[in-house]
Amino acid sequence: MAEIVLRQSPLDHLSLDARAVAEPGPAGVVAGERRFVAKVNLRGDPADEAFVKVAKGALKVFLPTTPNTVDGKRDRYALWLGPDEWLVIGAPGTEGRLVADLRKALDGIVAAVTDVTEGRTVIRLSGVHARETLAKGCGLDLHPRAFGRGRCAQTRLGKANVILHQLDDAPTFDVYVERSFADYLWRWIEDGASEYGFAIVAEPIMAALKARRATR
Amino acid sequence: MTAQSHRNPTGGRIDRARTLGFTFNGRYYEGHPGDTLASALLANGVHLVGRSFKYHRPRGIVGSGAEEPNALVQLGQGALTEPNVRATQAELHDGLAAASVNCWPGVRWDIGAINGLLGGLFPAGFYYKTFMWPARAWRAYEWFIRRAAGLGLAPREPDPERYDGTHAHCDVLVAGGGPAGLAAALAAGRAGGRVILADEQAEIGGSLLAGGGTIDGRPARAWLDDATAELAGMAEVRVLPRATVFGYYDHNYLGIAERLADHLPPAERAGRARQRVWKVRAGRVVLATGAIERPLVFDGNDRPGVMLATAAQAYANRWAVRVGDRAVVVTNNDSAYQTALDLSESGVAVALLADLRAEVPAALAQRLSRAGIEVAAGSAVVDAAGGTRVTSAEIRRLGADGTTLEGPARHVPCDVIAVSGGWSPAVHLFSQSGGRLRWDEAIAGFVPDISRQAEVSVGAARGTFDLAAALAEGARAGAAAAHAAGFGDGTATAPAANAREVIAPRPVWRVPSAGRGKAFVDIQNDVTAADIALAAREGYSAVEHLKRYTTTGMGTDQGKTSNVNALAILAHATGTAIPAVGTTTFRPPYTPVTFGALAGRTVGPLFDPARLTAMHPWHVQAGTRFEDVGQWKRPWYYPRGSETLHQAVARECRAVRTSLGIMDASTLGKIDIQGPDAAKLLDLVYTNAWGGLEVGRCRYGLMLKEDGMVFDDGVTARLGPQHFHMTTTTGGAARVMAWLEEWLQTERPHWRVYLTSVTTQWAVAAIAGPNARRLMAELCPNIALDAIDFPFMAWRDGTVAGIAARVFRVSFSGESAFEINVPSSQGMALWQALMTAGAKYDITPYGTEAMHVLRAEKGFVIVGQETDGTVTPGDLGMDWIVGKKKPDFVGRRGLARADCKRPDRKQLVGLLPQDPKEVLVEGAQIMADAAAPPPVPMEGHVTSSYWSATLSRSFALALLKGGRARHGQTVPVHAYGKTSWAQVTEPIFYDKEGEKLRG
Amino acid sequence: MHLIACPWCGPRDEAEFSYGGEAHILRPEQPDALDDAAFANYLFMRGNPKGVHAERWVHTVGCRRWFNALRSTVTHEITAIYPMGTPRPDRAP
Repeated sequence: MAEIVLRQSPLDHLSLDARAVAEPGPAGVVAGERRFVAKVNLRGDPADEAFVKVAKGALKVFLPTTPNTVDGKRDRYALWLGPDEWLVIGAPGTEGRLVADLRKALDGIVAAVTDVTEGRTVIRLSGVHARETLAKGCGLDLHPRAFGRGRCAQTRLGKANVILHQLDDAPTFDVYVERSFADYLWRWIEDGASEYGFAIVAEPIMAALKARRATR
Repeated sequence: MTAQSHRNPTGGRIDRARTLGFTFNGRYYEGHPGDTLASALLANGVHLVGRSFKYHRPRGIVGSGAEEPNALVQLGQGALTEPNVRATQAELHDGLAAASVNCWPGVRWDIGAINGLLGGLFPAGFYYKTFMWPARAWRAYEWFIRRAAGLGLAPREPDPERYDGTHAHCDVLVAGGGPAGLAAALAAGRAGGRVILADEQAEIGGSLLAGGGTIDGRPARAWLDDATAELAGMAEVRVLPRATVFGYYDHNYLGIAERLADHLPPAERAGRARQRVWKVRAGRVVLATGAIERPLVFDGNDRPGVMLATAAQAYANRWAVRVGDRAVVVTNNDSAYQTALDLSESGVAVALLADLRAEVPAALAQRLSRAGIEVAAGSAVVDAAGGTRVTSAEIRRLGADGTTLEGPARHVPCDVIAVSGGWSPAVHLFSQSGGRLRWDEAIAGFVPDISRQAEVSVGAARGTFDLAAALAEGARAGAAAAHAAGFGDGTATAPAANAREVIAPRPVWRVPSAGRGKAFVDIQNDVTAADIALAAREGYSAVEHLKRYTTTGMGTDQGKTSNVNALAILAHATGTAIPAVGTTTFRPPYTPVTFGALAGRTVGPLFDPARLTAMHPWHVQAGTRFEDVGQWKRPWYYPRGSETLHQAVARECRAVRTSLGIMDASTLGKIDIQGPDAAKLLDLVYTNAWGGLEVGRCRYGLMLKEDGMVFDDGVTARLGPQHFHMTTTTGGAARVMAWLEEWLQTERPHWRVYLTSVTTQWAVAAIAGPNARRLMAELCPNIALDAIDFPFMAWRDGTVAGIAARVFRVSFSGESAFEINVPSSQGMALWQALMTAGAKYDITPYGTEAMHVLRAEKGFVIVGQETDGTVTPGDLGMDWIVGKKKPDFVGRRGLARADCKRPDRKQLVGLLPQDPKEVLVEGAQIMADAAAPPPVPMEGHVTSSYWSATLSRSFALALLKGGRARHGQTVPVHAYGKTSWAQVTEPIFYDKEGEKLRG
Repeated sequence: MHLIACPWCGPRDEAEFSYGGEAHILRPEQPDALDDAAFANYLFMRGNPKGVHAERWVHTVGCRRWFNALRSTVTHEITAIYPMGTPRPDRAP
């Protein structure tokens, strides 16, 4: 019964879909919300071989130990958040299964598995001016020499704490933000990107764009 | 069509094909693209631009850039007006409207000029001496002072412009786009480094724009064009014109204020940011900020028409403007010789060049005499005559030691006196970076000495005035900076340039007076040489004291042209050497930065994030009034129709007490705690014991700081043997999370506990009231809800309205209550289901105000309202929660301090006002004796005060000295000049036995 | 704005960190055993050196890890970053 109750994302009240375009044209920045992506916070000791082995077995993903990097596949990956902390990402709806699998596998091992799917949403941001848009409120050096595909970072964007994840060289970024800050951050991004031409795209188009967008 | 009377038909870097119209003090003039307001005014023969700060003396344009002390104008009108803009830096645009500041009724005839005649009444420290007595008259004085002094007017309307800001990173930041800076940027850029070159002018080039000279055998301006083109073609080089590096902060963090649209007419600015601040983290910094020419201090040196020699030269060469018809040049160094030649070539008759030095540079002097310009060696201008424009210069020979005059006076008619008193390297940024300065006798100026940060000064900024040497320094520094970042081999070839012979300047800090006028040091703040001498006699011999006493260097120009002269005169007056006097501190910003630029986009809705709950859209729809709690928007009350706050809260409270209320409690902080040592952590940070808490139950806890003072509180549930769910106050969520993490990482690193914030994972609806259980029974088929199976302070998993939920039986209202936690995305669905199903009970949403009343009736404290960091559990009457048998917890030892045991500590009490209709003011002071004369000893204060619909009367909570022993007493309570009386009671007013919340 | 090298995340702006006061102040094993003066010394008394200061920082916005730093209170130069629980690197053990 639980499944039939309507879920709402923290940006639903902005009716982004109604403003979404099929073809962003010359927009320098395109953005959209990735709703309900599964997010599981995983804590454990990377020096504990049993933990590493069991976690990898359950996730089919290596837990990156290089700070601020991401490891995994298209639909399942792990972001390094700290020396004993990862954010495991999965397709929407898989969080229950992820948590159950991990908890079962890690039974008897000192670790913590916490579903945080509902606590954050993801704003995907892409385009030749995506980097400049982020730089307006992010003190990180996002230049390709310093950041790049497969990198992630917990940092501040505007006045919101976020996790940045760069997916490709378009560049495309996923911005993870606490759901209570999502309304603020969306407005902040839209305001900052407006000078470059800003287009909202729906989720499926966003995924397609990511594939064909050329590097600068 | 108005003629530009002083514009030459050819030359300069202006676009004569376009004409721009503008007004100054209401009069229409014309100029061209490439002009500044100052160059355009001078092209129209206008020198007089304002009145001075104190004496209201007529003042003219002195400089040609950031150093300008005089030509401050009010730009634009209405909301777009901007005060105190330097006319020398304001780019001309069509329709620009400018006006003088600080003169009334007009610049030519100004009432305040009477102050000039009464000059003797305005000595140094005038304000301090005059207006300190009688003290109460200050307010009357102030009105006149603020009217008479002061500069432009701030706009009264909100600023309609857009501003922006951005972060940037680079390997090499070059401040200043003159020859040295360009050479540095080219070298660093060619090596492949990421470079930012920022220059405050509209055009990159610095001194090359105004000067002549050759580089690599070609005119310098041709080299400049090539250099800027090459930089523009480098992918990793960013050139920012109209961008002032205004601040140099720690760890190579610099601020740049970029003017994006100020040079455009307002109509063309639409949609663009007007200004943008760059916050740059640079690997290395090359400071190529140039040097600022100093005026000479002689009588009448502030008359309109007296200007810096470089400025006169720049107007001639860069803007093709003749600054006058007949000029006298006076200098103590070589550089003004070229000025004299350039002026002459531009069509200004140069009557004479007076060189303070007895020995003059032979080659230059020869060139002047070939051009028919007399060189008066060992001579100075000692007085400038004139009113709103200089009319003649008095020339005298200087004595050997520079303090006496010799021979007859010559009066040379002129309308311009071009002055060069030597050069001050622009060491502002270097000094801001923490670098130490050194006095260089050879150039008579301060130069960079010992660096603190990864920077290097090049060119004129370090006293290297020769073009070839400056280019070489720049190239070397750029290459080295790039190399330090891993690019290139650290070497670069510098372009060749013609070297100059240089004879040292002759510092004569105060040109001897011929006996009459004022000689100004700080022209903007009207500080004279006599003021400084007087201040020194009065004992203000330290430069920082002198500055504050005389206000020298404290204007909007921050003494760019005056500081060295001022401290040299001070040194002379006190008989000390200049290096011993030292300089005042250089602080950011280099030139004023608008508040708009500093704020950037952080205004309006983006000023501070509004954190929203999952149910927020419902609250908005319901017409809720919100309260800011930290960054959260929380429903404050839900007015129906035209209800007031008071009426709505009374209704909401009644609903909870008599039927059913619902509150959005999503904002409470929530921390997931897992690990074998989780219970130990709770035992450490809470005052009570946690080991015995059963799975399925929860407990209230109080956290203290080590000093024993209450820090946060909340309910924590045991989800499993090694798994807890902690709640914190709304405002304390981040604080508590950090607090726990700190204890784990710094004091108990061997404990195996993991913390994860889940505050926003869950949306929480609290339903409270006699009908709460009935509603739950309807929507929750899988939890046994009776008080035995699901007792107070327990939690259960189940579904509510079909949504997976975790339900806590906790109560902050004193009624039977359920806090229903669901995944946030379903919070809205839950809320709507509860509202629909609860309609039969007239379910009533209630906000924070009603919540406050309800909990206060029960005597439940709010951390931050009843506590303020000085309150112990005992003060709150909560000794019951302090585990006496626990060997340790944070704050235990602190509580044992003698001060925490005083019987007269402020303790929580209830107050019932004598007038049951009177709601006491929160923060009102409880007095010991209402009749005592001030200062009245205070005994405590009201922490919470409300009207209670349930009690049909007002009541309050208060902290009162020794309050627990004073129940029954009547105390005077004072606020806003009114004394009320209230009876001290136990701090609980409703359901003292707690039957309702357990039921 | 300092640039602080988080031992995990690398150099980040100071705004991402929180300051944790003087380092190497150990909480007494048995606070109850301390007299008032000794406890006050632990709780309130802190050094205020002109020069190198050993202090605690936490990367609040990033990995949330605590660490120690040696920082000059005069120049703000950070000369060492080292783990909690290890001695000052500028002092002989």
